[in-house]
Amino acid sequence: MDLRLALIDTAWTLAGIVAIVVPLFVAVAYLTLWERKLIGWIQIRIGPNRVGPLGLLQPIADGVKLLFKEIILPTNASKGLFVLAPIMMLMPALAAWAVIPFAPELVLADINAGLLYVLALTSFGVYGVIIAGWASNSKYAFLGAMRSAAQMVSYELAMGFALVVVLMVSGSLNLSDIVAQQGRGRFADMGLTFLSWNWLPLLPMLVVYFVSGVAETNRAPFDVVEGESEIVAGHMIEYSGMSFALFFLAEYMNMILISALTAILFFGGWQAPVSSALFDAVPPFLWLLAKMFVIVSMFLWIRATFPRYRYDQIMRLGWKVFIPLTLVWIAVIGLWMQTPWSLWQ
Amino acid sequence: MLETIVFYAFAAILLGAALRVITARNPVHAALALVLAFFTAAGIWLLLRAEFLAITLLLVYVGAVMVLFLFVVMMLDVNLERLREGFWKNLPMAVVVGGIMAFELVAMLASRHFGSATSTRVVPAGYSNTRELGRVLYTQYVYAFEIAAVILLVAIIAAIALTLRRRKDTKALDPALQLAARREERVRLVSMPAETER
Amino acid sequence: MSLAQLLSHLRALPEMVLLAGACALMLVDLASKSETRRLSYLFAQGVLLIAFCATLFVLSESEGKRYYIFYGLFVSDLLSHVLKLFAFITVSAVLVYARPYLHERGLLKGEFLTLLLFALLGILVMISANSFLSLYLGLELLTLCLYALVALNRDSAASTEAAMKYFVLGALASGLLLYGMSMIYGATGSLLFTDIGPQTAALAASSSSMRTLLVFGLVFVVAGIAFKLGAVPFHMWIPDVYHGASTAVTLVIGTAPKLAAFAMALRLLVNGLPALAVDWQQMLVVLAVLSMALGNLAAIAQSNLKRMLAYSTISHMGFMLLGLLSGVVGGNRLNAVDAYGAAMFYTAVYVLMSLGAFGVLLLASRQGAECERLEDMKGMNRRDPWLAFLMLLMMFSLAGIPPMAGFYAKFAVISAVVQAGQLWLAVAAVAFSLVGAFYYLRVVKLMYFDDPAGVAVPAGGGSARWLLSVNGLALLALGLLPQGLMALCQAAIRSL
Repeated sequence: MDLRLALIDTAWTLAGIVAIVVPLFVAVAYLTLWERKLIGWIQIRIGPNRVGPLGLLQPIADGVKLLFKEIILPTNASKGLFVLAPIMMLMPALAAWAVIPFAPELVLADINAGLLYVLALTSFGVYGVIIAGWASNSKYAFLGAMRSAAQMVSYELAMGFALVVVLMVSGSLNLSDIVAQQGRGRFADMGLTFLSWNWLPLLPMLVVYFVSGVAETNRAPFDVVEGESEIVAGHMIEYSGMSFALFFLAEYMNMILISALTAILFFGGWQAPVSSALFDAVPPFLWLLAKMFVIVSMFLWIRATFPRYRYDQIMRLGWKVFIPLTLVWIAVIGLWMQTPWSLWQ
Repeated sequence: MLETIVFYAFAAILLGAALRVITARNPVHAALALVLAFFTAAGIWLLLRAEFLAITLLLVYVGAVMVLFLFVVMMLDVNLERLREGFWKNLPMAVVVGGIMAFELVAMLASRHFGSATSTRVVPAGYSNTRELGRVLYTQYVYAFEIAAVILLVAIIAAIALTLRRRKDTKALDPALQLAARREERVRLVSMPAETER
Repeated sequence: MSLAQLLSHLRALPEMVLLAGACALMLVDLASKSETRRLSYLFAQGVLLIAFCATLFVLSESEGKRYYIFYGLFVSDLLSHVLKLFAFITVSAVLVYARPYLHERGLLKGEFLTLLLFALLGILVMISANSFLSLYLGLELLTLCLYALVALNRDSAASTEAAMKYFVLGALASGLLLYGMSMIYGATGSLLFTDIGPQTAALAASSSSMRTLLVFGLVFVVAGIAFKLGAVPFHMWIPDVYHGASTAVTLVIGTAPKLAAFAMALRLLVNGLPALAVDWQQMLVVLAVLSMALGNLAAIAQSNLKRMLAYSTISHMGFMLLGLLSGVVGGNRLNAVDAYGAAMFYTAVYVLMSLGAFGVLLLASRQGAECERLEDMKGMNRRDPWLAFLMLLMMFSLAGIPPMAGFYAKFAVISAVVQAGQLWLAVAAVAFSLVGAFYYLRVVKLMYFDDPAGVAVPAGGGSARWLLSVNGLALLALGLLPQGLMALCQAAIRSL
C-alpha cells in the first residue's frame, strides 16, 4: 500500500518534470529563432525566413543539423571530463526549474529554501565551463574557462546580495511566498498591483540583479568568456555536434531561468498588473509567461545594442560598483523596514 | 526505509569521492572529487533536514571556494613526482598519527555517552530550520558571529596588503584618463605649405 | 531587550572601542599621506589610550565582581581587566619601538597598524573568553593577523618562508585544539567553561571510560596550548618565525600574544577543566621540563641574537608553565592563588623583558646594518653606553639575576613549585636557569669587554629611547618592589 502511494507520487513527479522540460526545450529552440529575428529587425535586416513559413521551421533544421554532426574528441583531451562538461552545464540549468512557481500551487517542489536552492544551483553552472576549458586541453578554451571562473564568482556575490534584499522584504525564502507577498500593500488594495511589486521600491536591486544575470549567463556584453574576436569560442571551441548543442541549450535555458526569476522576484510572478475583471480572467500562468517573454527579449535587445565590455571593466563593475551598492542598499532597506513608513508590515 | 537507502547511497558516494581526493594522480581530478564529496555531504545534511546548512555548503564551498580552488590548481604546474617523493618516508608516521586519531574517534563514538546527541525529536509543522538558525545566530551567538566577521575583515585586509602592489612596468590603462583625453592633447595640426613644382 | 540589558554589554567597551578604532584607522590612513604615517600612528595610539581608559572605567564600574555577557560567551572579571591593561600598554610600547625601524625600511604602512590593532582585539577576545567558541575565534583573529604581519615584508624571502611555516604549523595547532574541544564538547554538551567545569567533575567521577574520553580531548587541548605558547615539543616554529620576521614584527609576536597564550591556558585549564587538574598538570610537567632544557641548551648554540631570544622564549614559557602546574595539590586548591599569581607575574615580567630586549635591537639597527647577530653587540658600550646599559638590565633580568624583576619572577614560581611539593622540579628549574645565565651574560660580555667590529652606527633616539629607558628601569623597580604587581596578579587570580 505504502509502496503504491510512493510509486504514484514518483510517477506524478516524473510527469511534472516532463511537463516542464519538454516545453522548455521547445522554448529554447524558438528563442534562438526569436533572437535572430529580433536582432535582425533591430539591425534593419530580415532574419531567417527561408525554412518554413516566416522561417518558423529554422530551429528544427538547426537541431537536425547538430544531431547529425560528428562529435569530435580531441586526442589530448581528458576524455571523461570532456564529455562530462556539457552535462554539468545543462544539469543545474534544468534542476533549478524545480522550484519555480508557475501559478499559485503550480510548482514541482514547493520547498522552504527555494531561493537559496536556485542561487546554489545557478552557481554550479560555472563548473561546466571550467571543466570544458580544462578538459579540452586547448589554450583558447582554457583562457575562456579562467575568465568565466572569475567573472561568474564575482557576479554571483552581487546577485546574492540583491536576493538578500528581496528576501528581507519578503520574510521568506519560498518563491511562492515571495510572489504572494508582492500582491499585498497599499497599491495592491487600490487595484494597482503592479505598483506593489518589488521592482519599484527595490529598483536598484532589480538593475543589479538583471545585469548580474546577464553576466552570469555569459551573454553580451559580458561574453568575454567566449569572445569570438579574441579567443574564438572560449570553452566551447573544441566541441561539436550535440555536445556543442548542450552548451547552447544550457545558455538559453539559463537565460529563460533568469527571466523567470526576475519576473518572480521583482515583477510579481503570476500576478496580473492591475486587478480588473478582464485581467483576472487571464490564467495566472500566462502572466508569468508574458513577463518572461518581455525580460528575455531585453537580453536580446542588450545583445544587439551594446559592445562587449573589456575584462577589467567587467571586474570593476562587479566588485567596485555592484557589491558596494547592494551592501548599502541592504542597510537602507533594513532601516526603512524599521521606520513607520515601511511598506512591508 | 527509503531514507536509509538514500543515506547509504550518499555515504558510499561520499566515501568514494573522499578516497578519490587523496588517491587521484591529477590534482584537478582530486579537486573535482572534492566537489562531489561536498555535494553528497550536502545531500546527507538534507536528509537530516538541515536544508539551510546543506544549501549553504553548496553555495559557499561548491559554488565559490572550489571554483577558485580549481582556478588555482589548473594554473599551477604541479610536479606530482616531487610531491610523491616523501610519501613512503612519511607513511609510517602518518599511519601512526592517523591510527591514533581514528582510534580516538571510534572510541568516542562507540562509547554510549553520545546517545543524547542523536535525538529523534519530531519537529512541529511550519518549523523552519533557517529561521531557527538565524534566531540563534543573532542572539545567543551574536558575539561569536561578530568576531567571525572581524576575522573575515582581517582576511580581506591581509590579502590585499600582501598582494596589492603597484608595479611601475604594467601597461594597464586607466579608462578615466583615456576618456578625459582631448583632441588638442593628441593631435597637432601643422600647416605645411604645399610643395609646388618649380 | 531592555535598556539595562543593552547597557550590560558595555562591559565589552574596550573591545568595541578597539574594533571601531581599527576600522576607523583604515579610513584615517587614507588621509595620512606622509611617509612617517604620523596621523595614523597618533590615531592608533589614541585608540589604545581610549581603550585603556575604557578598561579602567569597566574595571571601576564592576567593583570586583564577575559578569557574563553575550549569553555567557564573554566574561568580565578582574583577571581580564588586568590582562587587558597589560596588553594595551604592551602594544602601545610596541608601536613606539617599531615605528622608526619600520619607517626606515619603508614598511610603515597603514596595514601594519591596522593588523596590529586587530591582533590586539584577538588578544582581548581570548582574555575575556568564557567559551570554546570565543576563545577559538579570538585565537584565530590573533594568529591570522600575525601571519599577515610576518609576511608583510614581501621582498624578504626569509619573511615569506617564516610566514609560511608559521601559517602551516599554526593551522595544524588550531586543528588539534579544535579536535580536543570537539571531544570535550561531545562529552559535556556545552561550550561554556562555566558549564564545562562542573560537568567534567561529575562526568569524570561517574565512570572511568568517561574520564578516558575527557583525557583524550584534554591531550589535544594541551597540545594546542603548548603550540601557542611555544613549549617543547611544539616549539619548532618559534626560532624560524622570530628569525625570519622583521625585528619589528618579532617584537609584536614576542610580547602581547604571550599574555593571550597565558590567558588561554588559564581559561581552558583552570576555568574549564579543573576536574582534570591531575592529568593536565602531569602533561605540563613534561612540557615545562623539556622546554626549559631544550630552550636553554639550544640558545647557547645560536649566533643570531633573534634566534637566541627565540629559544630563550621557549625556556621562559617552560618556566611559566611551572607556575601553572603547581596550583592544585592532591585536589587541594590552597596553592592556586600563589602558583597562578606567580605564573601571571612571570608572564607580565617576561613581556616587559622581551619588549626591552627587542626594543634595544630595533633601536640599534640601521637600514642596511641590522643588529641581530651576536657580533653586532660587540663593543656596544663604546658606541652607546646608555643603550648598552639598558641591554644589560634586560639580559640580567632575563637571566634572573637579582635585583631585577626577572629574578623575583623566577623566585615566585620556584617557591610555588616547592610549596606544591615538587622539589625535583624546582631543582631542575634552578639548574636550567643557571645554564641559561651563560648565554645572557655572554651578550653582556660582548657589549662591555669586546672591541666594536666594523663601522660604528649611531643608535636612534627620540621617544623610543625614552620609553626604552622607562622599560629598563621599570624592570629594576619591579625587581626591588615586586609586591604591588604581585598583589595585583594574585587579586586577579582570585577573581577567577
